[in-house]
Amino acid sequence: MALSEHPPFLWRDPEPRRAYDAVIVGGGGHGLATAYYLASQHGMTDVAVLERGWLGGGNMGRNTTIIRSNYLWDESAAIYEHSLKLWEGLSEELDYDILFSQRGVMNLAHNLTDVREGTRRVHANRLNGVDAQWLDTDGVKELCPIIDVSPEVRYPVLGATYQPRGGIAKHDHVAWGYARAADALGVDLIQNCEVTGLDVEAGSVTGVRTTRGPIAARRVALAAAGHSSVLAHMAGLRLPLQSHPLQALVSELLEPVLGCVVMSNAVHVYVSQAHKGELVMGAGVDAYNGYGQRGAAHVIEAQMAAALELFPIFSRAHVLRTWGGIVDVTPDASPIVGLTPVGGLFLNCGWGTGGFKGTPGSGWVYAHTIAHDEPHPLCAPFALERFTDGALIDEHGAAAVAH
Amino acid sequence: MLLVPCPWCGPRDETEFHYGGQAHIPYPSDPDSLDDRAWGEYLFVRDNPKGPFRERWCHSAGCRQWFNVLRDTASHQVLAGYKIGEAGP
Repeated sequence: MALSEHPPFLWRDPEPRRAYDAVIVGGGGHGLATAYYLASQHGMTDVAVLERGWLGGGNMGRNTTIIRSNYLWDESAAIYEHSLKLWEGLSEELDYDILFSQRGVMNLAHNLTDVREGTRRVHANRLNGVDAQWLDTDGVKELCPIIDVSPEVRYPVLGATYQPRGGIAKHDHVAWGYARAADALGVDLIQNCEVTGLDVEAGSVTGVRTTRGPIAARRVALAAAGHSSVLAHMAGLRLPLQSHPLQALVSELLEPVLGCVVMSNAVHVYVSQAHKGELVMGAGVDAYNGYGQRGAAHVIEAQMAAALELFPIFSRAHVLRTWGGIVDVTPDASPIVGLTPVGGLFLNCGWGTGGFKGTPGSGWVYAHTIAHDEPHPLCAPFALERFTDGALIDEHGAAAVAH
Repeated sequence: MLLVPCPWCGPRDETEFHYGGQAHIPYPSDPDSLDDRAWGEYLFVRDNPKGPFRERWCHSAGCRQWFNVLRDTASHQVLAGYKIGEAGP
């Protein structure tokens, strides 16, 4: 399907009803995927997705669309690899082309610590059935000829982890595909509907208050990324989250020049070339907490300096626009998915800087968790309780974005 | 870029500073008496408001002093800077 050939409406625009079996707060990728799998896998169709703005307009529309599953720990590899397998069949599943392109993802190593961490992660990935290879400097140059691998640069390329099945997808199409499919199964997608309060009686949730009136529901599932703390606070919960600005940018359209995704933990840049031809680059988070969906120019400047060091060929490219999202970062750089101390209130947050790749897997396990009122086995390790019992899943190395 | 009000040096560019997260978090007066939940709260949980927020900054490329800032996390507007030990506005 060409990008311009869209029917005018892919889903209904219903008035919110006064009660649902389940309400999902947040109409981004995770919320829409959750709604779709609730309907398609668990037969729950009396479901509403409440979105403050427009569907897919938060982090879903602001990320750099990188998809991979090469995380270090068993728990992470399991959930992200499940997600990647869902990505591989998603266009057929949704009958909607999400332009998933498995062009391979490289994570560069610039010093001996990077090399040791990277090779360790490759071995860990292979033991978990995740496709992973270690590339030496020549291997990096062969796969991506425009990288400057000379030893004179400030951060020389000593090698890279490489996941051939990783890649990118068209983020809007993912949101629209899930939205259309969920709508077709009877889910109400309600936009311009901000949740202003959570009703809790005798320790269990009974509904939500919104800018479009109160809605009763025995199951309320948060999928609000950067605003999760604000929503949880309405039910008296404090979460181990900090919301930060995270910025990205695109260049003007260029001829095909970059055939894979290149990420660099040490120099804080990740870049791919989107289907249309623009270079898409992401930065590290802005240091301070912020809900403003914007960050500082000096972060962009540092990111561009790093990109130019790696890719001198980009020196004449122009920045077309920059933007920011709000990422909810946890202390261990792993998401929080599961139950809460409040009955019927479910939590899916903390995906931080890397939530896009998790969209299908997140929706899959969250839908199971909501439908059965107990965690799906894949998300059980990601429960809120790990910040009490200490069973953290430290993925700062694999998260690849500085924070 | 923020203009951060160092109470010792005056307003300076954000790039001279390091961020330190929420301010006014005292070390538990009797750590041995904390249960796992309270200790986890102390270690991992910080406020994350959308609005005014008291936070620590360090003027790492200047006087190298830690101090506190009151800043709105929704607008990013800096409302005040004050020294460690002061109550602030």
